[in-house]
Amino acid sequence: MAQNYYQKEIETMPREQMKALQSEKLVKQVRHVYENVPYYRDLMDRKGVSPDDVQSIDDLYKLPFLSKADLRDAYPYGLLAKPLEDCVRIQSTSGTTGRRVVAFYTQKDIDLWEDCCARAITAVGGTKKDVCQVAYGYGLFTGGPGLNGGSHKVGCLTLPLSSGNTERQIQFMTDLGATILCCTPSYAAYLGESLKELGYKPQDIPLKAGIFGAEPWTEEMRKGIEETLGIKAYDIYGLTETSGPGVAFECCEQSGMHVNEDHFFAEIIDPDTGEVLPEGSRGELVFTSLDKEAFPLLRYRTRDICVLSRKKCSCGRTLIKMAKPMGRTDDMLIIRGVNVFPSQIEAVLLKEGYEPNYQIVVDRVKNNDTFDVNVEMTPERFTDKVSEIMAMERSLAGAIKTMLGINPAVHLVPPKTIERSEGKAKRVIDKRKLI
Amino acid sequence: MAIKQLTVFVQNQKGTVVSVTDILAKNNINLRALSIAETQDFGILRLIVNDEKTAERVLSENGYLIKVIDVVGVKIGDAPGKLTEALAVLDRAGINVEYLYAFMARTEKHAYVVLRVEDNAVAEATLTAAGFHMISEADINKL
Ligand SMILES: [Zn+2]
Repeated sequence: MAQNYYQKEIETMPREQMKALQSEKLVKQVRHVYENVPYYRDLMDRKGVSPDDVQSIDDLYKLPFLSKADLRDAYPYGLLAKPLEDCVRIQSTSGTTGRRVVAFYTQKDIDLWEDCCARAITAVGGTKKDVCQVAYGYGLFTGGPGLNGGSHKVGCLTLPLSSGNTERQIQFMTDLGATILCCTPSYAAYLGESLKELGYKPQDIPLKAGIFGAEPWTEEMRKGIEETLGIKAYDIYGLTETSGPGVAFECCEQSGMHVNEDHFFAEIIDPDTGEVLPEGSRGELVFTSLDKEAFPLLRYRTRDICVLSRKKCSCGRTLIKMAKPMGRTDDMLIIRGVNVFPSQIEAVLLKEGYEPNYQIVVDRVKNNDTFDVNVEMTPERFTDKVSEIMAMERSLAGAIKTMLGINPAVHLVPPKTIERSEGKAKRVIDKRKLI
Repeated sequence: MAIKQLTVFVQNQKGTVVSVTDILAKNNINLRALSIAETQDFGILRLIVNDEKTAERVLSENGYLIKVIDVVGVKIGDAPGKLTEALAVLDRAGINVEYLYAFMARTEKHAYVVLRVEDNAVAEATLTAAGFHMISEADINKL
């Protein structure tokens, strides 16, 4: 396939030149953060690092890490590096205060983020002749706005369908001849199944490519989606903390994602010691923004376990590649594209008057995540009426939905029936085979 | 007058009923009536036994979640239409029956019906006024 690039000079830049660019940007970014973010300045001061100690990208290791806990401590404005009057947008993850990440953007931040998404769309063959259907959620979630902006930049006819309403998705897709689909992989699979049920064959479906992210998926899923939709399915990576989707994207090789490393510098560290590991090692992925204005994050620990590679890519891009994340260093689960921490469920249970004896069971049935929460019944709540117990289950499911944005099936179970390991209940059973 | 019902919360799984009745049998407790309400997830066993205090203790000791509640027991003549008659009386009085189950006595020509209502005293008064005979804990123990 003839290669198109959105920003060829950057995407195919020789390594030494890229390194010089990264170094130049990093020096400025560190100074910007030091001068405008007292929270991070404090971290640097305590570590005895001054902006002068960072003269090139090779000095990055000297800087302190930022973690999710820092984001929590600094919520909402503590990591903001620009006056609010210069900011034009926020995006946010789901979850309650503390777990919720709120990221701020200046117009330039949005511009660069959309460039990243435009690179991803171009890499899968997108041009201004394409019709790009964005079926990621719009709103606080970064998926919809990010790909929407990228699609505009490429010049595609953009169909801002947002998530859900499958019937309408299919109508627009077939009536307007969508050629590129952007959504979560599980929704792509679901759309594929729905089209199949309606009698569509892969050759009847106008799509040629899909950009699927925001949740873990397997090669097997990729094959399934490619077959039912008759497309090439590409992965995309991002997180709200760094901007959103487009931090890294797949090219025609479909063997890992090119990191937009002129904006986001990737490191792999040993999660226990914090030591930077050489290329090819498996460890925790850490990102440093290089030219963000409103919400720059230096050495942000993603908790994703990953591998980086500088092997030459046949697409011609010289951008470093990251593998699909292979797991987490914490207990976060991604269910239906939403980040879920067991502690969030625990908080709901305590608030609703239950003991924190519960178990989360996640599985994937027909490419859709199932989400069950088993909770032990308490003597105070137990009644002889079935209808009342079922109402308790519904009410608890509603409270969890309010917290997370996704609906679980809640099952009340007799006390002491949840499997315990070393006195602690086994919190999570993830039956999805994603790695 | 009300009688005691043991209510046990169990998982809707094979063998759960047997393990409960087994514990009762091993402790010489006679089961007068048993009813099960179940959903996909859980089951609620409702038991009338001859010695509810011991039953509650041994089941609790075996880790079961138990609640003892008062229910109404009414004697129903062993003839067609008798239960309907009792229910019609309650219905006319605006008394809602949450659930009910019946059992037979070994010796007498009577059926007994256990009724779960909001207000036991009102239900009993209503049924008594209509000529029905209520059963007591003492009656249960004699059965
Ligand atoms: Zn490539």
